[in-house]
Amino acid sequence: MSEDAVKIPAAVSGVGGWLDDRFHGARGVRVLMRKVFPDHWSFMLGEIALWSFVILLLTGTYLALFFVPSSAPVVYHGSYAKLDGITMSQAYQSTLNISFDVRGGLLIRQIHHWAADLFMVAIMAHMLRVFFTGAYRKPREVNWLIGIVLFTLGMLEGLFGYSLPDDQLSGAGLRITEGVLQGIPIVGTYAAFFLFGGPFPGNSIIPRMYILHVFLIPGVILALITAHLFFMFHQKHTQMPALGNTEKNVVGQPFWPYFLLKGQAWFFFIFGALAVLSTFAQINPIWLYGPYTPLAISSASQPDFYMGILEGSLRMMPAWEINFLGHTLSLSVLIPALLPLAIIFTGAALWPFFEQWATGDRAPHNINDRPRNAPVRTGTGVAAICFYGILWAEGANDVLANALQIPLYTVTWISRVAIFVVPIGAFYVTRRICIGLQRKDSELLTHGVEIGIIRQLPTGEFIEEARPLTDEERAVVDAKEVPAALPAPGQPDENGVPSPDSRGVMGWARAVANRAFTETVAVGDGHGNGYGHGNGHGQANGHGVEEGEHAAVGSGSASGSGDAGEDSGSGAGSGQEH
Amino acid sequence: MSEIEEPGGPRREIEEPGGPRRVIGTPPSAPPAVDVRKKPAEPPVPTDPTDTAHASRAEKLVAALFILAFVAGCGFIAAYVGLEVGSPSIPAGANAVDAVFRSNLALGLSLSVVLLSLGLGSMIWVRHLTPNIEIEEERHDLRSTQAERAAFQQEFAEGAAISQVTKRPLVRRTMLLATAPLALAPLVLLRDLGPLPGTSLRHTVWRKGLRAVTLGGLRPLMPADFDTPGTMITVIPEGYQDDDDALAKAGVILIKFGPGQLHVPTNYDGGTLVSTMNWTLEGSIVAYSKICTHVGCPVALYEQTTHHILCPCHQSTFDAANGANVIFGPAARALPQLPLMVDSSGYIAAASDFTQPVGPSFWERG
Repeated sequence: MSEDAVKIPAAVSGVGGWLDDRFHGARGVRVLMRKVFPDHWSFMLGEIALWSFVILLLTGTYLALFFVPSSAPVVYHGSYAKLDGITMSQAYQSTLNISFDVRGGLLIRQIHHWAADLFMVAIMAHMLRVFFTGAYRKPREVNWLIGIVLFTLGMLEGLFGYSLPDDQLSGAGLRITEGVLQGIPIVGTYAAFFLFGGPFPGNSIIPRMYILHVFLIPGVILALITAHLFFMFHQKHTQMPALGNTEKNVVGQPFWPYFLLKGQAWFFFIFGALAVLSTFAQINPIWLYGPYTPLAISSASQPDFYMGILEGSLRMMPAWEINFLGHTLSLSVLIPALLPLAIIFTGAALWPFFEQWATGDRAPHNINDRPRNAPVRTGTGVAAICFYGILWAEGANDVLANALQIPLYTVTWISRVAIFVVPIGAFYVTRRICIGLQRKDSELLTHGVEIGIIRQLPTGEFIEEARPLTDEERAVVDAKEVPAALPAPGQPDENGVPSPDSRGVMGWARAVANRAFTETVAVGDGHGNGYGHGNGHGQANGHGVEEGEHAAVGSGSASGSGDAGEDSGSGAGSGQEH
Repeated sequence: MSEIEEPGGPRREIEEPGGPRRVIGTPPSAPPAVDVRKKPAEPPVPTDPTDTAHASRAEKLVAALFILAFVAGCGFIAAYVGLEVGSPSIPAGANAVDAVFRSNLALGLSLSVVLLSLGLGSMIWVRHLTPNIEIEEERHDLRSTQAERAAFQQEFAEGAAISQVTKRPLVRRTMLLATAPLALAPLVLLRDLGPLPGTSLRHTVWRKGLRAVTLGGLRPLMPADFDTPGTMITVIPEGYQDDDDALAKAGVILIKFGPGQLHVPTNYDGGTLVSTMNWTLEGSIVAYSKICTHVGCPVALYEQTTHHILCPCHQSTFDAANGANVIFGPAARALPQLPLMVDSSGYIAAASDFTQPVGPSFWERG
């Protein structure tokens, strides 16, 4: 036994043995202890959401000990003198009591609210990371779909949560929710009456939201998070392209002790950050808003940030309404309430399958893509961010108009134009940037890294000195995988007949999409094949990049050979020897 | 490498300090775990950090942070006990809000220090006290082998055959039939969540002769009380101040115009557009629904010079001088106008209910 192996105390091994006698745990727990966690900062984003959810459960349980989910009217005579004698609901009164009469109540309430916002921020950031690195690809499509459901449930959970205190601001939010429900064709009026137990506001909505907020939705979220983690565990993590990382392995630090310590540290950091925010950055001071009454409203009413996209789309929409046959179709409510989120969530849900269809790539992927190596995907992602961001910013158009001193209607008109123009522009610009970065990568692979020395040869020619990429650098830069081009539409295959997939409108659409997805900058590297992936780790020695060869390639016809695409390799292959 | 036999457990390989590979608890049958970061030319990763002085400093720092967390945790409890909040505990005259903020600051600060010290200590621990070791795990194909799939298919088919489910369609179909009403039952049970809307969205509590009183003071108004052109006031039906369901539809804004400022207003009466100058008082006081026709926020901002009414929620803008028609924003319809009269005592009252539904559009509105 090596001298630094720890002797396990008898108490621990005794308990462990007792458990193992009954559960056969040694084997399973050992697998868990050795579970490999690849290391990359972006892999911590989902963890933020996880820990935020844990904190939400802890703080939410505490708040539920004091909160009274009731609309029953009471006259307030509590610690907050400014509302003394005011009639309010028990929900609002108990929220005031949590804030002013329970020691630590305000702190826990603010941690709960900040944690909800962090939960949603982290979900968004995590989702963007997964999208831009292609981590949703086979075999992980189901986890991607679960994530989208978690996102929507998080929005709903947040809406119900911040509506519970029955303050003026959240009541206005509920009024809007009711108005939107009424706008749904055919069933909308009934849905609104059933949810609110009759006309707005009624006395039923707070207890109903409460049970949904503290039991049903968190239960479903917890179950889905469990499934999400289980699938991640079972399918093993993706990893970033790096030396030694292959499709057939997963490299990183084991759960025991590394990830346990890191996870512990990360949990405390996140909880600590929320505590700092809740100490110094006031959130949702409901006592300043007053209790909800249906005829009061304040200007610059904004919901929590994750609902801002809906608020913005409602503000952006022009007044469209169709009246026919005794019915009203309220497009100015229906379109903004449904269309933007439908585009984003349905688009996100279908994207992995669309990509498979367009690329014909059905292989499992465990190495993440660098965003630049998938220009269509990255462009689409940036377009989606712009689409979301414009709607979100329009949700604060009054604040923007005030801050920038431009007319309110001008802000709305700018957003109405930008919502169409900016995402399309962002797509093309991003795609060009990706192609440019690929060109840079091609340059690095063929030419090497410029080291800032220019040499004059005896013949008078100037050459730049470059060093070849290190193995580590090369493993990253050379990690590009380009899907194979599908045959053009209607082209006969090897049997002389066009494949059914390539015929008709769908075949044409697929060919167009395929051409976009397969656009790439070929690496003008005459000896590129030796460095492909799939040869595993430990190949540190044994590739022959000679200094002179690189210099020669750099000076010769190779530069720019990446543009043409078809002549991959030919430029560098003809590298002159000096 | 040395191998040891552990009682009751699988065999483990434990690395010799000078060995070529770092292995943690791998059974001999599994592929060996390898530190892939390590180049063959490099020395093996030591079990302890190489720089003992550095590790010793890190250890002291971690311990100091944990002690700080302990102290701050005690401070949290002390702040809870020492800083009281709430009306019975705060002496008369003292500001209850200040007490809460003081308590929040003390509790939050101490909790923050506890959590951040623990986090920072744990992070330094894992980064500076443990050797940086990576291991490699092999991935296996998620897809089952052909043999496994075939065996599954066979067993599944056998089970299906034994169950007779394929052979006895009568049983299968009647079972599906039996479950259909059961699946609908939960939906049916939701029916009593609320009353049917009926025509309730078409009416408000306003009726002929019902006085309008101010929202704040519940004071009835005479036209003479309301004679400054350019003012807007929110009124509610008398006696309904505690009925939120009624107020959510019946809130009304009264606007006073100067001579000649009010253009001939129009409003839908049933399905027809009618001139409503006779719904105003003296051609200068007009009443519109306060409930925005977009999604129901109360319209609240009135610009005297332009006579524009703005809904702060989504900025639907209505022209009060022209029948509250929509000038900008997502609302598709003008604010409904309430016919006004002066009752026998000289107070402003409604001449009838609204002649069209107030508030957001709905499917049955037409």
